[in-house]
Amino acid sequence: MAKEFKRLDGRKVNEIREMEAKVGIVPNADGSAMFRFGDTIAIAAVYGPKEMHPQHSQDPSTGVLRCTYNMLSFSVSERIRPGPSRRSSEISKITEWALKPIIDIEQFPGTVVDVHIQIVQADASTRCAGINAAALALAHAGIPMRDLVSSISIGKLDKQLVVDVNKLEEDWEEGEGATDIPFAFTSQGNEVSLMQLDGKISMKEYKEAVKLAHEAIKKVYEVQKKALKDSIKDIGGED
Amino acid sequence: MTTENNESRKIVIPGEIIVSGEDYLPGEGTEKKGKNIVAARYGLAEESNRLVKVIALSGAYFPRGGNVVIGKVENITFNGWIINIGSAANAFLSVSEYPRYVRSDEIEEVMSIGDMIVAKVLGARRKSIDLTVKSRGLGKLTDGMIIEINSNKVPRVIGKSGSMVNIIKEETGCNITVGQNGLIWLKGNSIEEELLAKKAIQFIIDRATTSGLTEKIQEWFKKEKKQIKKEKGDEE
Repeated sequence: MAKEFKRLDGRKVNEIREMEAKVGIVPNADGSAMFRFGDTIAIAAVYGPKEMHPQHSQDPSTGVLRCTYNMLSFSVSERIRPGPSRRSSEISKITEWALKPIIDIEQFPGTVVDVHIQIVQADASTRCAGINAAALALAHAGIPMRDLVSSISIGKLDKQLVVDVNKLEEDWEEGEGATDIPFAFTSQGNEVSLMQLDGKISMKEYKEAVKLAHEAIKKVYEVQKKALKDSIKDIGGED
Repeated sequence: MTTENNESRKIVIPGEIIVSGEDYLPGEGTEKKGKNIVAARYGLAEESNRLVKVIALSGAYFPRGGNVVIGKVENITFNGWIINIGSAANAFLSVSEYPRYVRSDEIEEVMSIGDMIVAKVLGARRKSIDLTVKSRGLGKLTDGMIIEINSNKVPRVIGKSGSMVNIIKEETGCNITVGQNGLIWLKGNSIEEELLAKKAIQFIIDRATTSGLTEKIQEWFKKEKKQIKKEKGDEE
Protein backbone atom coordinates (compact mmCIF):
# COMPACT_ATOMS: atom_id res chain seq x y z
CA MET A 1 0.00 0.00 0.00
CA ALA A 2 1.45 3.34 -1.00
CA LYS A 3 2.17 5.74 1.85
CA GLU A 4 0.61 8.76 0.22
CA PHE A 5 -2.36 7.78 -1.87
CA LYS A 6 -3.43 10.52 -4.24
CA ARG A 7 -7.16 10.96 -4.57
CA LEU A 8 -8.56 12.43 -7.72
CA ASP A 9 -9.79 15.57 -6.00
CA GLY A 10 -6.67 15.99 -3.85
CA ARG A 11 -8.26 14.89 -0.58
CA LYS A 12 -6.49 12.84 2.06
CA VAL A 13 -7.75 9.27 2.41
CA ASN A 14 -9.64 10.04 5.62
CA GLU A 15 -10.88 13.45 4.55
CA ILE A 16 -14.59 14.04 4.10
CA ARG A 17 -15.78 16.50 1.49
CA GLU A 18 -16.96 19.85 2.76
CA MET A 19 -20.12 19.29 4.79
CA GLU A 20 -22.99 21.65 5.32
CA ALA A 21 -26.22 21.15 7.20
CA LYS A 22 -29.20 23.38 7.66
CA VAL A 23 -32.46 22.87 9.46
CA GLY A 24 -35.90 24.33 8.73
CA ILE A 25 -35.64 24.83 4.99
CA VAL A 26 -39.19 23.77 4.07
CA PRO A 27 -41.65 26.08 5.87
CA ASN A 28 -44.71 23.96 5.10
CA ALA A 29 -43.26 20.78 6.61
CA ASP A 30 -43.35 19.90 10.30
CA GLY A 31 -39.59 19.46 10.12
CA SER A 32 -37.01 19.75 7.38
CA ALA A 33 -33.29 19.75 6.75
CA MET A 34 -30.61 19.91 4.09
CA PHE A 35 -27.35 18.00 4.15
CA ARG A 36 -24.46 18.41 1.75
CA PHE A 37 -21.31 16.37 1.08
CA GLY A 38 -19.39 18.45 -1.45
CA ASP A 39 -21.55 18.35 -4.57
CA THR A 40 -24.08 15.90 -3.17
CA ILE A 41 -27.08 17.76 -1.82
CA ALA A 42 -30.03 16.09 -0.11
CA ILE A 43 -33.09 17.74 1.35
CA ALA A 44 -35.51 16.00 3.67
CA ALA A 45 -38.98 17.03 4.81
CA VAL A 46 -40.95 15.35 7.59
CA TYR A 47 -44.74 15.47 7.88
CA GLY A 48 -46.59 14.03 10.82
CA PRO A 49 -47.45 12.09 12.86
CA LYS A 50 -50.62 12.24 10.77
CA GLU A 51 -53.40 9.83 9.98
CA MET A 52 -52.17 6.94 7.83
CA HIS A 53 -53.63 6.62 4.37
CA PRO A 54 -54.32 4.11 2.85
CA GLN A 55 -56.17 2.90 5.90
CA HIS A 56 -55.16 -0.75 5.48
CA SER A 57 -51.56 0.26 6.16
CA GLN A 58 -52.46 1.60 9.59
CA ASP A 59 -50.99 -0.20 12.55
CA PRO A 60 -53.20 0.05 15.64
CA SER A 61 -50.31 -0.82 17.94
CA THR A 62 -47.74 1.75 16.82
CA GLY A 63 -46.96 4.63 14.51
CA VAL A 64 -45.34 3.86 11.19
CA LEU A 65 -42.29 5.42 9.59
CA ARG A 66 -42.48 5.85 5.84
CA CYS A 67 -39.52 7.09 3.84
CA THR A 68 -39.43 8.11 0.21
CA TYR A 69 -36.13 8.65 -1.52
CA ASN A 70 -36.12 10.32 -4.87
CA MET A 71 -33.47 11.64 -7.19
CA LEU A 72 -34.59 14.68 -9.11
CA SER A 73 -34.22 14.33 -12.85
CA PHE A 74 -31.69 17.18 -13.02
CA SER A 75 -29.55 15.86 -10.14
CA VAL A 76 -27.10 14.14 -12.49
CA SER A 77 -25.53 15.40 -15.70
CA GLU A 78 -27.47 12.96 -17.85
CA ARG A 79 -31.13 13.41 -17.05
CA ILE A 80 -32.62 10.46 -15.20
CA ARG A 81 -36.18 9.36 -15.75
CA PRO A 82 -38.29 10.82 -12.95
CA GLY A 83 -40.44 8.63 -10.77
CA PRO A 84 -39.84 5.55 -8.66
CA SER A 85 -37.28 3.03 -9.79
CA ARG A 86 -35.82 -0.20 -8.46
CA ARG A 87 -32.91 1.75 -6.99
CA SER A 88 -35.01 4.43 -5.31
CA SER A 89 -37.39 1.88 -3.76
CA GLU A 90 -34.41 0.05 -2.33
CA ILE A 91 -32.89 3.19 -0.85
CA SER A 92 -36.25 4.28 0.57
CA LYS A 93 -36.50 0.98 2.37
CA ILE A 94 -32.95 0.92 3.75
CA THR A 95 -33.33 4.54 4.92
CA GLU A 96 -36.45 3.49 6.76
CA TRP A 97 -34.56 0.63 8.41
CA ALA A 98 -31.66 2.91 9.30
CA LEU A 99 -33.92 5.42 11.05
CA LYS A 100 -36.52 3.13 12.59
CA PRO A 101 -34.46 1.99 15.63
CA ILE A 102 -33.91 5.51 16.91
CA ILE A 103 -37.40 6.94 16.69
CA ASP A 104 -40.06 6.26 19.25
CA ILE A 105 -43.52 6.62 17.69
CA GLU A 106 -45.29 3.84 19.53
CA GLN A 107 -47.34 6.45 21.33
CA PHE A 108 -49.05 7.50 18.06
CA PRO A 109 -50.94 4.40 16.90
CA GLY A 110 -52.64 4.48 13.54
CA THR A 111 -50.46 7.34 12.35
CA VAL A 112 -47.62 7.73 9.91
CA VAL A 113 -44.51 9.86 9.93
CA ASP A 114 -43.67 10.67 6.35
CA VAL A 115 -40.07 11.41 5.44
CA HIS A 116 -39.48 12.71 1.94
CA ILE A 117 -35.88 12.75 0.77
CA GLN A 118 -35.03 14.53 -2.45
CA ILE A 119 -31.59 14.47 -4.00
CA VAL A 120 -31.13 17.86 -5.58
CA GLN A 121 -27.61 17.21 -6.83
CA ALA A 122 -25.85 13.87 -6.90
CA ASP A 123 -22.13 13.15 -6.72
CA ALA A 124 -22.19 9.69 -5.05
CA SER A 125 -22.97 8.93 -1.38
CA THR A 126 -26.51 10.19 -1.91
CA ARG A 127 -28.06 7.66 0.46
CA CYS A 128 -25.67 8.80 3.20
CA ALA A 129 -26.53 12.46 2.65
CA GLY A 130 -30.20 11.47 2.54
CA ILE A 131 -30.04 9.64 5.87
CA ASN A 132 -28.15 12.51 7.50
CA ALA A 133 -30.73 15.00 6.28
CA ALA A 134 -33.63 12.75 7.29
CA ALA A 135 -32.29 12.31 10.84
CA LEU A 136 -32.03 16.09 11.18
CA ALA A 137 -35.50 16.63 9.76
CA LEU A 138 -37.02 14.06 12.15
CA ALA A 139 -35.40 15.79 15.11
CA HIS A 140 -36.57 19.16 13.81
CA ALA A 141 -40.11 17.83 13.53
CA GLY A 142 -40.07 17.10 17.26
CA ILE A 143 -40.43 13.34 16.81
CA PRO A 144 -39.42 11.52 20.03
CA MET A 145 -36.00 10.07 19.34
CA ARG A 146 -33.37 8.12 21.23
CA ASP A 147 -30.46 9.45 19.30
CA LEU A 148 -29.34 10.85 15.95
CA VAL A 149 -28.14 8.75 13.05
CA SER A 150 -25.10 9.78 11.06
CA SER A 151 -24.03 8.17 7.84
CA ILE A 152 -20.86 8.00 5.77
CA SER A 153 -19.61 5.92 2.88
CA ILE A 154 -16.28 4.13 2.86
CA GLY A 155 -14.77 3.20 -0.48
CA LYS A 156 -12.03 0.88 -1.57
CA LEU A 157 -10.24 2.07 -4.69
CA ASP A 158 -8.09 -0.78 -5.94
CA LYS A 159 -6.49 -1.60 -2.57
CA GLN A 160 -6.80 1.73 -0.84
CA LEU A 161 -9.56 2.54 1.65
CA VAL A 162 -10.98 6.05 1.42
CA VAL A 163 -13.65 7.98 3.29
CA ASP A 164 -16.63 9.55 1.53
CA VAL A 165 -16.41 8.50 -2.11
CA ASN A 166 -17.42 10.81 -4.92
CA LYS A 167 -18.69 9.93 -8.37
CA LEU A 168 -15.26 9.77 -10.00
CA GLU A 169 -13.97 7.41 -7.33
CA GLU A 170 -17.10 5.30 -7.43
CA ASP A 171 -16.34 4.54 -11.08
CA TRP A 172 -12.75 3.51 -10.31
CA GLU A 173 -11.66 0.80 -12.73
CA GLU A 174 -7.97 0.17 -12.09
CA GLY A 175 -6.79 -2.89 -10.22
CA GLU A 176 -9.52 -4.46 -8.12
CA GLY A 177 -11.97 -1.72 -9.02
CA ALA A 178 -14.14 0.20 -6.60
CA THR A 179 -15.95 -1.08 -3.54
CA ASP A 180 -18.54 1.13 -1.87
CA ILE A 181 -19.72 0.57 1.70
CA PRO A 182 -22.30 2.99 3.10
CA PHE A 183 -22.47 2.97 6.90
CA ALA A 184 -24.90 4.55 9.34
CA PHE A 185 -24.27 4.68 13.07
CA THR A 186 -26.03 6.10 16.08
CA SER A 187 -23.96 8.79 17.69
CA GLN A 188 -23.46 7.42 21.17
CA GLY A 189 -23.80 3.67 21.36
CA ASN A 190 -22.12 3.43 17.99
CA GLU A 191 -24.74 0.94 16.95
CA VAL A 192 -24.75 0.17 13.25
CA SER A 193 -28.07 0.86 11.59
CA LEU A 194 -27.00 0.59 7.97
CA MET A 195 -24.30 -1.36 6.21
CA GLN A 196 -24.37 -2.18 2.54
CA LEU A 197 -21.58 -3.50 0.41
CA ASP A 198 -21.11 -3.15 -3.29
CA GLY A 199 -17.95 -4.82 -4.57
CA LYS A 200 -15.30 -7.07 -3.09
CA ILE A 201 -13.41 -6.69 0.16
CA SER A 202 -11.37 -8.93 2.46
CA MET A 203 -12.28 -9.38 6.12
CA LYS A 204 -9.12 -7.58 7.22
CA GLU A 205 -9.84 -4.60 5.01
CA TYR A 206 -13.44 -4.59 6.10
CA LYS A 207 -12.44 -4.25 9.75
CA GLU A 208 -10.21 -1.37 8.75
CA ALA A 209 -13.16 0.22 6.92
CA VAL A 210 -15.37 0.00 10.01
CA LYS A 211 -12.65 1.71 12.02
CA LEU A 212 -12.41 4.50 9.45
CA ALA A 213 -16.18 4.92 9.44
CA HIS A 214 -16.24 5.20 13.23
CA GLU A 215 -13.81 8.08 13.10
CA ALA A 216 -15.50 9.86 10.20
CA ILE A 217 -18.95 9.55 11.73
CA LYS A 218 -17.92 11.74 14.65
CA LYS A 219 -17.26 14.63 12.29
CA VAL A 220 -20.61 14.11 10.57
CA TYR A 221 -22.36 14.06 13.95
CA GLU A 222 -20.72 17.34 14.95
CA VAL A 223 -22.03 19.00 11.78
CA GLN A 224 -25.55 17.67 12.45
CA LYS A 225 -25.41 18.76 16.08
CA LYS A 226 -24.26 22.24 15.13
CA ALA A 227 -27.06 22.61 12.57
CA LEU A 228 -29.72 21.79 15.15
CA LYS A 229 -28.20 24.00 17.86
CA ASP A 230 -27.62 26.96 15.56
CA SER A 231 -31.10 26.92 14.09
CA ILE A 232 -32.30 28.92 17.07
CA LYS A 233 -30.29 31.89 18.07
CA ASP A 234 -30.77 34.12 21.05
CA ILE A 235 -32.73 32.00 23.46
CA GLY A 236 -34.28 34.48 25.80
CA GLY A 237 -36.20 34.02 28.99
CA GLU A 238 -39.95 33.88 29.24
CA ASP A 239 -41.35 37.31 29.98
CA MET B 1 -25.76 22.90 34.04
CA THR B 2 -25.24 23.13 37.76
CA THR B 3 -27.59 23.48 40.66
CA GLU B 4 -26.98 27.18 41.20
CA ASN B 5 -27.31 27.91 37.49
CA ASN B 6 -28.50 31.21 36.18
CA GLU B 7 -28.63 29.95 32.66
CA SER B 8 -30.80 26.90 32.91
CA ARG B 9 -32.10 26.89 29.35
CA LYS B 10 -30.26 25.41 26.42
CA ILE B 11 -31.05 23.75 23.14
CA VAL B 12 -30.69 20.00 23.28
CA ILE B 13 -30.70 17.36 20.57
CA PRO B 14 -31.99 13.79 20.86
CA GLY B 15 -29.61 11.59 22.82
CA GLU B 16 -27.78 14.48 24.43
CA ILE B 17 -27.13 14.28 28.18
CA ILE B 18 -28.87 17.23 29.85
CA VAL B 19 -27.75 16.64 33.43
CA SER B 20 -26.14 13.79 35.26
CA GLY B 21 -26.61 12.95 38.88
CA GLU B 22 -29.15 11.22 41.03
CA ASP B 23 -30.86 14.36 42.33
CA TYR B 24 -32.74 15.22 39.12
CA LEU B 25 -36.11 13.96 37.95
CA PRO B 26 -36.85 13.25 34.30
CA GLY B 27 -39.82 15.29 33.01
CA GLU B 28 -41.52 15.65 29.66
CA GLY B 29 -39.33 14.97 26.64
CA THR B 30 -36.58 13.38 28.69
CA GLU B 31 -35.51 9.90 29.63
CA LYS B 32 -33.45 8.50 32.44
CA LYS B 33 -30.53 6.41 31.25
CA GLY B 34 -28.39 5.14 34.09
CA LYS B 35 -27.27 8.19 36.00
CA ASN B 36 -27.97 10.66 33.22
CA ILE B 37 -31.05 12.47 32.11
CA VAL B 38 -31.09 12.36 28.35
CA ALA B 39 -33.13 14.42 25.89
CA ALA B 40 -35.69 12.30 24.05
CA ARG B 41 -36.50 15.04 21.55
CA TYR B 42 -35.18 18.25 20.08
CA GLY B 43 -36.07 21.37 22.02
CA LEU B 44 -35.25 23.71 24.84
CA ALA B 45 -34.13 22.03 28.06
CA GLU B 46 -35.33 23.65 31.24
CA GLU B 47 -34.74 22.75 34.84
CA SER B 48 -36.84 23.88 37.77
CA ASN B 49 -37.10 22.33 41.21
CA ARG B 50 -34.81 19.56 40.02
CA LEU B 51 -37.36 18.55 37.38
CA VAL B 52 -35.79 18.54 33.95
CA LYS B 53 -37.97 18.85 30.86
CA VAL B 54 -37.60 19.61 27.18
CA ILE B 55 -39.91 22.22 25.67
CA ALA B 56 -40.83 21.65 22.01
CA LEU B 57 -39.70 24.29 19.55
CA SER B 58 -41.07 22.79 16.37
CA GLY B 59 -43.22 19.96 15.13
CA ALA B 60 -46.84 18.96 14.88
CA TYR B 61 -49.58 19.82 17.40
CA PHE B 62 -50.50 17.25 20.05
CA PRO B 63 -53.76 17.99 21.86
CA ARG B 64 -54.00 17.88 25.65
CA GLY B 65 -56.98 18.04 27.96
CA GLY B 66 -58.04 21.62 28.68
CA ASN B 67 -56.59 23.11 25.49
CA VAL B 68 -58.75 25.70 23.76
CA VAL B 69 -58.56 25.02 20.04
CA ILE B 70 -60.03 26.33 16.81
CA GLY B 71 -61.18 23.74 14.34
CA LYS B 72 -63.21 23.11 11.23
CA VAL B 73 -66.27 20.89 11.00
CA GLU B 74 -65.14 18.10 8.75
CA ASN B 75 -68.03 15.65 8.93
CA ILE B 76 -71.34 15.04 10.70
CA THR B 77 -72.33 11.82 12.42
CA PHE B 78 -75.66 10.78 13.96
CA ASN B 79 -74.64 12.12 17.36
CA GLY B 80 -72.12 14.85 16.77
CA TRP B 81 -69.52 16.53 14.62
CA ILE B 82 -66.06 15.48 13.47
CA ILE B 83 -63.71 18.41 13.88
CA ASN B 84 -60.32 18.88 12.26
CA ILE B 85 -58.04 20.59 14.75
CA GLY B 86 -54.80 20.00 12.88
CA SER B 87 -53.66 17.04 14.97
CA ALA B 88 -52.90 13.50 13.84
CA ALA B 89 -56.40 12.24 14.63
CA ASN B 90 -59.65 14.15 14.10
CA ALA B 91 -61.55 15.31 17.17
CA PHE B 92 -65.14 14.53 18.04
CA LEU B 93 -67.73 16.95 19.41
CA SER B 94 -70.77 15.17 20.75
CA VAL B 95 -74.25 16.77 20.67
CA SER B 96 -74.37 16.27 24.44
CA GLU B 97 -71.45 18.69 24.71
CA TYR B 98 -73.44 21.42 22.95
CA PRO B 99 -74.86 24.04 25.36
CA ARG B 100 -78.49 23.31 24.46
CA TYR B 101 -80.44 20.24 23.46
CA VAL B 102 -79.97 19.40 19.79
CA ARG B 103 -82.48 17.12 18.08
CA SER B 104 -80.83 14.53 15.87
CA ASP B 105 -82.48 16.00 12.77
CA GLU B 106 -81.10 19.48 13.34
CA ILE B 107 -77.43 18.65 13.90
CA GLU B 108 -76.59 19.95 10.46
CA GLU B 109 -78.52 23.19 11.04
CA VAL B 110 -76.62 23.94 14.26
CA MET B 111 -73.19 23.49 12.70
CA SER B 112 -72.56 22.30 9.17
CA ILE B 113 -69.51 21.11 7.31
CA GLY B 114 -66.99 23.89 6.79
CA ASP B 115 -67.96 25.90 9.87
CA MET B 116 -65.17 27.06 12.14
CA ILE B 117 -65.59 26.56 15.86
CA VAL B 118 -63.80 27.34 19.10
CA ALA B 119 -63.80 24.34 21.42
CA LYS B 120 -62.10 22.97 24.46
CA VAL B 121 -60.38 19.60 24.56
CA LEU B 122 -62.06 17.41 27.17
CA GLY B 123 -59.61 14.57 26.89
CA ALA B 124 -57.09 13.29 24.43
CA ARG B 125 -56.43 9.63 24.61
CA ARG B 126 -54.44 7.68 22.11
CA LYS B 127 -56.81 7.77 19.18
CA SER B 128 -59.82 9.73 20.35
CA ILE B 129 -59.98 13.41 21.10
CA ASP B 130 -63.19 14.69 22.67
CA LEU B 131 -64.24 18.32 22.53
CA THR B 132 -66.79 20.48 24.28
CA VAL B 133 -68.35 23.86 23.53
CA LYS B 134 -70.18 24.10 26.86
CA SER B 135 -68.34 27.13 28.17
CA ARG B 136 -68.25 30.86 27.70
CA GLY B 137 -66.41 31.99 24.62
CA LEU B 138 -66.73 28.64 22.89
CA GLY B 139 -68.89 27.77 19.91
CA LYS B 140 -69.35 28.55 16.26
CA LEU B 141 -67.45 31.47 14.69
CA THR B 142 -69.60 33.53 12.37
CA ASP B 143 -67.37 36.45 11.43
CA GLY B 144 -63.86 37.81 11.84
CA MET B 145 -60.58 36.51 10.51
CA ILE B 146 -58.59 33.36 11.20
CA ILE B 147 -54.84 33.21 10.87
CA GLU B 148 -52.58 30.23 11.22
CA ILE B 149 -49.27 30.13 13.09
CA ASN B 150 -46.94 27.40 14.31
CA SER B 151 -48.55 25.78 17.35
CA ASN B 152 -45.24 25.83 19.21
CA LYS B 153 -45.25 29.62 19.18
CA VAL B 154 -48.69 29.93 20.76
CA PRO B 155 -47.31 30.35 24.33
CA ARG B 156 -45.36 33.41 23.18
CA VAL B 157 -48.42 34.98 21.54
CA ILE B 158 -50.43 34.46 24.72
CA GLY B 159 -47.65 35.58 27.04
CA LYS B 160 -47.42 34.99 30.75
CA SER B 161 -51.02 34.63 32.00
CA GLY B 162 -52.28 36.30 28.84
CA SER B 163 -50.16 39.46 29.08
CA MET B 164 -49.15 39.52 25.43
CA VAL B 165 -52.56 38.86 23.93
CA ASN B 166 -54.07 41.46 26.26
CA ILE B 167 -51.70 44.11 24.94
CA ILE B 168 -52.75 43.31 21.38
CA LYS B 169 -56.42 43.37 22.38
CA GLU B 170 -56.03 46.78 24.02
CA GLU B 171 -53.93 48.33 21.28
CA THR B 172 -56.03 47.16 18.36
CA GLY B 173 -59.49 46.90 19.91
CA CYS B 174 -59.81 43.41 18.47
CA ASN B 175 -61.40 40.41 20.04
CA ILE B 176 -58.86 37.61 19.93
CA THR B 177 -59.07 33.90 20.63
CA VAL B 178 -55.83 32.00 20.41
CA GLY B 179 -56.23 28.29 19.80
CA GLN B 180 -53.49 26.07 21.20
CA ASN B 181 -53.37 24.33 17.81
CA GLY B 182 -52.01 27.47 16.18
CA LEU B 183 -55.20 28.98 14.77
CA ILE B 184 -56.01 32.50 15.92
CA TRP B 185 -59.39 34.17 15.53
CA LEU B 186 -59.47 37.97 15.24
CA LYS B 187 -62.52 40.20 15.22
CA GLY B 188 -62.25 43.96 15.19
CA ASN B 189 -64.56 46.84 14.36
CA SER B 190 -62.84 47.31 11.03
CA ILE B 191 -60.59 45.32 8.73
CA GLU B 192 -57.73 47.72 9.53
CA GLU B 193 -57.84 46.74 13.19
CA GLU B 194 -57.74 43.08 12.31
CA LEU B 195 -54.82 43.60 9.94
CA LEU B 196 -52.90 45.53 12.59
CA ALA B 197 -53.44 42.68 15.06
CA LYS B 198 -52.31 40.21 12.42
CA LYS B 199 -49.16 42.24 11.82
CA ALA B 200 -48.49 42.36 15.57
CA ILE B 201 -48.79 38.58 15.85
CA GLN B 202 -46.42 38.17 12.92
CA PHE B 203 -43.99 40.47 14.73
CA ILE B 204 -44.15 38.26 17.81
CA ILE B 205 -43.66 34.94 16.04
CA ASP B 206 -40.72 36.31 14.07
CA ARG B 207 -39.04 37.05 17.39
CA ALA B 208 -40.44 34.09 19.32
CA THR B 209 -37.14 33.12 20.90
CA THR B 210 -35.99 36.58 22.01
CA SER B 211 -36.46 37.98 25.49
CA GLY B 212 -38.30 41.12 26.58
CA LEU B 213 -41.00 40.67 23.96
CA THR B 214 -43.73 42.47 25.90
CA GLU B 215 -41.70 45.68 25.96
CA LYS B 216 -40.79 45.27 22.31
CA ILE B 217 -44.39 44.86 21.23
CA GLN B 218 -45.44 47.99 23.12
CA GLU B 219 -42.71 49.96 21.38
CA TRP B 220 -43.71 48.45 18.07
CA PHE B 221 -47.34 49.55 18.54
CA LYS B 222 -46.24 53.12 19.31
CA LYS B 223 -44.21 53.25 16.12
CA GLU B 224 -46.90 51.60 14.05
CA LYS B 225 -49.59 53.99 15.31
CA LYS B 226 -47.46 57.02 14.54
CA GLN B 227 -47.06 55.71 11.01
CA ILE B 228 -50.80 55.21 10.60
CA LYS B 229 -51.48 58.74 11.88
CA LYS B 230 -48.94 60.13 9.44
CA GLU B 231 -50.49 58.28 6.53
CA LYS B 232 -53.93 59.58 7.47
CA GLY B 233 -52.54 63.12 7.67
CA ASP B 234 -51.08 62.79 4.20
CA GLU B 235 -54.39 61.72 2.75
CA GLU B 236 -56.23 64.74 4.05
